[in-house]
Amino acid sequence: MKVIMRNPRREIELRGPLSVTSLLATTEVRREAVLVIVDGTLVTADATVEDSATVELRPVISGGSS
Amino acid sequence: MKCRVCRDPAVIEVRRHNAGFCHPCFVKHCRDQVKKAVDAYKMFSENERVLVAVSGGKDSLALWDILVKLGYRVDGLYIGLGIGDYSSESAQYARSFAKAREATLVEVDLPATYGFDIATGSKAARRAPCSACGLSKRHLFNSEALRGGYDVLATGHNLDDEAAVLLGNVLRWDLAYLGRQHPVLEAGGGFVRKVKPLVRLAERETAAYCVLEGIDYIVEECPMSVGNRHLAYKGVLDDLEESSPGSKASFLFGYLERGSPLVAGVSAAEREALHPCPTCASPTVSEVCAFCKLVEKATAKR
Repeated sequence: MKVIMRNPRREIELRGPLSVTSLLATTEVRREAVLVIVDGTLVTADATVEDSATVELRPVISGGSS
Repeated sequence: MKCRVCRDPAVIEVRRHNAGFCHPCFVKHCRDQVKKAVDAYKMFSENERVLVAVSGGKDSLALWDILVKLGYRVDGLYIGLGIGDYSSESAQYARSFAKAREATLVEVDLPATYGFDIATGSKAARRAPCSACGLSKRHLFNSEALRGGYDVLATGHNLDDEAAVLLGNVLRWDLAYLGRQHPVLEAGGGFVRKVKPLVRLAERETAAYCVLEGIDYIVEECPMSVGNRHLAYKGVLDDLEESSPGSKASFLFGYLERGSPLVAGVSAAEREALHPCPTCASPTVSEVCAFCKLVEKATAKR
């Protein structure tokens, strides 16, 4: 599967199928810090990602001035 | 995982509510939380004109969308800060959002109107970029809302933002800032009413709302915000939230309910000392307001 990560934008390849929980553990990304979007669809932590999928780990934390 | 409301498959889990939601029930959840905040803190009524400060990011665009869907009278305000490609791209998201909904977007460009960008202002005034940016935005939000005759200025600060600001204020025991930290700051002394209708939603929820509702926003972080203190405070709170979901909400809403009334007098006294800036007429406690000082330093011939 292709995994797209942000800030900075980069792509990595992982072998599926993988649970979202395993995917996040492998990429060392905190569950609450991202949305997991598989082939354009938002999924929960108990979903399984197939080898053919494209996954985006979209960060949700924003900073800056208040 | 099933939706807590209808038992259909969930698309998002919200750990502090120990719940999953399907797409329609999550959208309703978000709009309900905003409506609850607007009503509970008496932010504005259906008849009042609201100006939403939009950055092109997830929070402000989600807020604009939700307020429109709830039937409020809302226009957007975008401030161009001159942060290179980041500003150009974020402006496009704000414009596209407005165009698709035939909504009104007021735009102010800091370099074109005041002659400096954030990098220049930050360096000239020896302020951190986020400090110069925040100062400029707060000034322009207020002046544009007053200029346009709006009743209220709404910003996209969410639960995570407010909890992080609270942590910073508590770490410094800054009573003046604590006194001003509230979802509603009433109008008076030259200030328009300011409200934070997303205070009951975490930033993960506003991001999910945008993804589910097809709202395109700038995902990349501002290049000038790297390493700022606000992000460090968020990291500390995220660690707490990880082991104890709901900690952030307890911290923030416990303060608003029980701590805020104790320090409200500090900010009230501060307001009484306000007078109009001789240069721009904005309220200030100094001889000249901080924004005018920033403009003077940033545009001084070197």
